[in-house]
Amino acid sequence: MSKAAPALTHLSRLEAESIEIFREVAASFERPVMMYSIGKDSSVLLHLARKAFYPSRIPFPLLHIDTTWKFAEMIGFRDRMAEEYGFELRVHTNPEGLAANINPFEHGSARYTDVMKTQALRQALNAGQYDAAIGGARRDEEKSRAKERVFSHRNANHAWDPKNQRPELWRTFNTRINPGESMRVFPLSNWTELDIWTYIYSEQIPIVPLYFAKPRPVVERSGTLIMVDDDRLPLEAGEAPREEIVRFRTLGCYPLTGAIRSNAGTLPEIIMEMQASRTSEREGRLIDSDQAGSMEKKKQEGYF
Amino acid sequence: MSSLAELTPDTEIDLWLGQQTDKSLLRFLTCGSVDDGKSTLIGRLLYDSQLILDDQLASLKKDSHNRHVGDEGIDFSLLVDGLVAEREQGITIDVAYRFFSTDKRKFIVADTPGHEQYTRNMATGASNADLALLLIDARKGILTQTRRHSFILSLLGVKHVVLVVNKIDLVDYSAEIFEKIEAEYRAFADGLGFESFAAIPVSALRGDNIVAPSERTPWYGGQPLLPYLETISVERDTSEAAFRFPVQWVNRPNLDFRGFSGTIASGTVRPGDEVLVAASRKPAKLKRIVTMDGDLDVAVAGQAVTLVLDREVDISRGDVLSQPGQTPEFSNQFQAELVWMADEPAYPGRSYLLKIGSQMVPATLTDLKHRTNVNTLEKSAAKSLELNEVGTVTLATDKPIAFDPYSQNGLTGGFILIDRISNITLGAGTVSFGLRRAHNLTYQSFDVNRDVRAQMKGQTPRIVWFTGLSGSGKSTVANLLEKRLTAEGKHAYILDGDNVRHGLNKDLGFTDAARVENIRRVAEVAKLMADAGLIVLVSFISPFMNERRLAREIAGDVEFIEAYVDTPLEVCEARDPKGLYARARKGEIKNFTGIDSPFEVPQRADIILHGADKSPEEMTVQLYEKLFG
Repeated sequence: MSKAAPALTHLSRLEAESIEIFREVAASFERPVMMYSIGKDSSVLLHLARKAFYPSRIPFPLLHIDTTWKFAEMIGFRDRMAEEYGFELRVHTNPEGLAANINPFEHGSARYTDVMKTQALRQALNAGQYDAAIGGARRDEEKSRAKERVFSHRNANHAWDPKNQRPELWRTFNTRINPGESMRVFPLSNWTELDIWTYIYSEQIPIVPLYFAKPRPVVERSGTLIMVDDDRLPLEAGEAPREEIVRFRTLGCYPLTGAIRSNAGTLPEIIMEMQASRTSEREGRLIDSDQAGSMEKKKQEGYF
Repeated sequence: MSSLAELTPDTEIDLWLGQQTDKSLLRFLTCGSVDDGKSTLIGRLLYDSQLILDDQLASLKKDSHNRHVGDEGIDFSLLVDGLVAEREQGITIDVAYRFFSTDKRKFIVADTPGHEQYTRNMATGASNADLALLLIDARKGILTQTRRHSFILSLLGVKHVVLVVNKIDLVDYSAEIFEKIEAEYRAFADGLGFESFAAIPVSALRGDNIVAPSERTPWYGGQPLLPYLETISVERDTSEAAFRFPVQWVNRPNLDFRGFSGTIASGTVRPGDEVLVAASRKPAKLKRIVTMDGDLDVAVAGQAVTLVLDREVDISRGDVLSQPGQTPEFSNQFQAELVWMADEPAYPGRSYLLKIGSQMVPATLTDLKHRTNVNTLEKSAAKSLELNEVGTVTLATDKPIAFDPYSQNGLTGGFILIDRISNITLGAGTVSFGLRRAHNLTYQSFDVNRDVRAQMKGQTPRIVWFTGLSGSGKSTVANLLEKRLTAEGKHAYILDGDNVRHGLNKDLGFTDAARVENIRRVAEVAKLMADAGLIVLVSFISPFMNERRLAREIAGDVEFIEAYVDTPLEVCEARDPKGLYARARKGEIKNFTGIDSPFEVPQRADIILHGADKSPEEMTVQLYEKLFG
């Protein structure tokens, strides 16, 4: 046995920090749940959760809010993961939104996001009576996220009060809540986008193939490339899908997620492309650009 | 290192990725007074290390309109001031975390507020930082804020400090001014225990001495800021320190596996090592270090692992594993430095939840030795600790806990205090040392105990705690109940608020702090009387939830009945048996409950008596039924 102890790399320190957070949730809450959005951050989150509890199984269910407008490949990937790793998957769709056929085209992205994501999330959290919901948000994603605590308190209406956050010292997390209140927990708080990708690479974590470039049918709308994932996407007059070699930096609802032109077909190529690129990650998401401070506003209303 | 553009995928990617993961990590915080330019400095660091992305830059240039900008036409502070309220007020009100990296190092930056009322946020940022950038406006020199922040850094054990003398452009790059500030700070910081110190003259707005030496400060011979941050050694070798493993979660997938999951706080451990549970001092040998990537031969501080022992030992969350000869302190009393972070002040006698590592226990603030003026570092006597104040305190926990002095181990010596009702984090503390008194002061146990005495009297001792406004009818009901019990041959005793204040508590006034102590003493007396076998009727306004809870806790295993005499203020005031309400309304009595001091309505009373609807006789019957029915 070697006498010298191994030095911890930056990534192994991040990994250990996240694992500690997962365990703290399992030990401190009655009914935790992990949000599973199927994207790369969720893949890392899932991997870390498995590590945290090994050899036990993940001791809480994973929850997916299905807007019914996710890429078909995402849904297939989700079900495959659930089967392979044996976690409990719960899927929720807002039934009223579904009945009213709320969609991003006729109702606009703001209304659609509110009904099919924010409200759906609240419904699912209320129905499950979850007292802690683990999410994959990172502080480097967006300005208001940069101030959020790892254990972020929510009142009985799931609202965040940015001016009254609990001080969070060392790794001594205050996990106490009153009945009806809940906690959002962010184990990836201190990870950057590059950390996520290098970790996926070094740990060989499976991710949805949409992240890799290949020819896909797209239409271009106000400078954004939208993939025609199924025949529900209404084509405008004279608009015809064309094949382009594209990939996605972030995954969400396909009508709201812009693809980028790219030839990066492997993880190393993605990482190098990302390092060389000069735009931030959430730019591909259309919901942030509505107004300044829009993410902060959504979060106060209960958005993840 | 070759630049990115020259790399070809696959062939050199492993090398490049290796460089990414092998980088060391530096966590630092920025602090200083308002308008010293902290946010601008961080924005500048991000900009100069080319980490501002195109879309961010575009929106930044747009937002910088009409603001204070440098040569690039950008207000860098906009990058960092995240919340809408902050942008509007132009100040930073919360800790914001930023991430950037260079070829040599990764950085996590906590940007903390300068305003006095946000000192708690600075303490939060400092708790996870290895190094601090202390900003100074060259025009203003060392301010009260500088001293306060230095003290908090010292309190939270930040060992490395860089004095960033900003806005050097606004004093014409004067060497004299810089040297004067540096000398003054060195003299001040002498006793604060910093291991490394450097002073650097910069202009965050113009970029002087940020990444490269500035031609405008030829007199400065030291490193620019970024190169300094890239190379300073802050690693504290905790692998050689005593082994500490706070058990976070018991890992029990099936009957054949029982492991203890947690993160090693300090030290090194290998299979075969002897380990010891701090509480039970039960020894065992470490059998396996389990991870999903396979068992490890060795694990060090910072690693999250699952430990399997060679025998069955009773271990649960909150236990701390150590090694023989290097055990942590194990006691129920210690002295600590406490930073208070809540609007509601801290009073001696109050009970809180204390979380240290993975241990959470009720704890009482037993003594406030003194308050430290964070601006002058002078110590003075105090009866309470207000928001953003720092004090030296003693705490007593309900059961012994394992801990180390904070100076030896930040993770097993740092704790938070949590409010037992609202659950907010009230304060953070660092353990100075354990108090041995806890070991020496044991309870005498006698052969004639409460059971024996109770049997002699033919009754079950209990404490009936009346709470309610002045004039609500507490004493009237207590009196009727005592008469009835006495008539039945039972032994009861009334502790009345007014009466006790004439004797035992005549040294106490009516401030919040004095009320806490008043209740504590009465609760202890009630406990002793119950121990003597009596039925104790306590008739006290006891307006605060925390103190009623404290009384219940002091009662311990004695049956405790909280009787809330719920008579509306208007009714009490109309009765005004002692004329006190009238005097309080005239301002002759201060801190009168219901008038200018709050009554916190009991949420968990065992019985509620409605004084407006029921006669004292009816209420007495109701209470008697509850007690003996």
